Amino acid sequence: MDKETLIAQLKEIVKPYAKDQEAWQQINENTDFVKDLKINSANLVDVILDVEEQFNIVIDNEAMEHMLNVKSAIEIIEAKLGGQ
Amino acid sequence: MNKRVVVTGLGVAAPNGVGIPAFAAAIKAGTSGIRHDAELAALQFSCQISGKPEVPESLQLQYLDPLELRNFNSNGIMYGLIAGIDAWRDAQLPAGPDLPPDWDSGTIFGAGSAGVDKLREAIYKVDAMNVRRLGSTVVPQTMASGISAWLGGKLGLANQVTTNSSACTTGAESVLMAYDRIRNGHAKRMLAGSTSDAGPYIWGGFDGLKVCTFKHNDDPQGGSRPMSASASGFVPGSGAGALVLESLESALDRGAVIYAEVLGGHVNSGAQRGDGSMTAPNSIAVQRCIREAVKAAGIDAAEIDAINGHLTATGKDALEVENWAVALDRRGSDFPYLNALKGMIGHCLSGSGSIELVAAVLQLHEGFLFPNINCQDLHPEIAAIAAPEKIPQQLIYKDLNLIAKASFGFGDVNACVILKKYN
Repeated sequence: MDKETLIAQLKEIVKPYAKDQEAWQQINENTDFVKDLKINSANLVDVILDVEEQFNIVIDNEAMEHMLNVKSAIEIIEAKLGGQ
Repeated sequence: MNKRVVVTGLGVAAPNGVGIPAFAAAIKAGTSGIRHDAELAALQFSCQISGKPEVPESLQLQYLDPLELRNFNSNGIMYGLIAGIDAWRDAQLPAGPDLPPDWDSGTIFGAGSAGVDKLREAIYKVDAMNVRRLGSTVVPQTMASGISAWLGGKLGLANQVTTNSSACTTGAESVLMAYDRIRNGHAKRMLAGSTSDAGPYIWGGFDGLKVCTFKHNDDPQGGSRPMSASASGFVPGSGAGALVLESLESALDRGAVIYAEVLGGHVNSGAQRGDGSMTAPNSIAVQRCIREAVKAAGIDAAEIDAINGHLTATGKDALEVENWAVALDRRGSDFPYLNALKGMIGHCLSGSGSIELVAAVLQLHEGFLFPNINCQDLHPEIAAIAAPEKIPQQLIYKDLNLIAKASFGFGDVNACVILKKYN
């Protein structure tokens, strides 16, 4: 799966949680979930659960702590998918 | 301080009407909100009828945004949000995420339990070793103070934000707690109210206690029969009522519509002594509660125009009427008018007191007595205490000045509120 496709899928996943629709439209590798998209920090766990479901992967507690932006999310998803 | 306290906003989510216009029309018409309950029937409950407010998703979206509604499964919080936000809007008070904290406004919004359906979902996941998949939505929907927390955020309430819980007394107690807070000058406005979840996991315990009727499964609307000779147990109900209480000064400053004045009241407990137990009232305490409420309100018992009873349609209704007669020292044709909303909506448990208080305030404001439905066969023991014409079976338009409302609950707890028409 290439990076563009991953970002596109991630964009759909975070859509219901993103409070800043403008930032959501322009989502890219440097987008921060909380600072840019204004996702409520409590909802980050829901984003992670939705990512797990979409990609059929399990994200461990340590990886979860780092999943705060698009870049780290992609790295984590790629690593999990590559490891399968 | 001793500030005067008035009611400036009303909201309700009741089995026979959601929103004040629908509810007011329903209680005047004597419309029952009791329906056959397929879920209870499938689960082989003895009582297969119930009262639930009708809240389609399109209505829910007026109170919660689509994200908040994702994985939302707490009907009690939903009813409370509808009633509470409606009451706030009705009082012409501002709401919304852009408002700064309102340090002078708070809420005491009661509940008997919180999000039992959501809790069930969570329990299944936890037991399946799937705690990691609970997500963020369990705690705010299952904590006891869930309803006050949700309302506080929606309305920007920055005074006290809490949930009280005292079984079926909860709603009346919330109004008296909010009254105290304003009277003592600790807040200008308090959203008072209470809510009850709907569904088999709330009602199962009562079905198990054999306190619900099993004789009207084919006749839902005739099932809830307060004060009737053929009363055979209560019909489980659910929903929420809400009242904006405000200092008279603040209400006058804002030019708010004043529905009624809260003159005061009393809460107590029979301590589960004497006739009292976990599930039965101690009559001495009930009478004392009513007398103390009259005293606190600074009125004479002879002035009370009408009583809005607790009257659940169990075998205890005649005892309640006798307790009113003893406490107020009024009998026969001198007995105040008496009505029971539970005939139309069933027993909405922790939500009952506040829904019934909303009805009582509407009666004062608009000048009417809603009909007692399902008591064509008035219980002879009650007829011997209060003249039958004081228990109207038809809507009566009449100017009322003082209404006493009482609620009683498990734990042998009592509350009585005295409401006055505002002139």
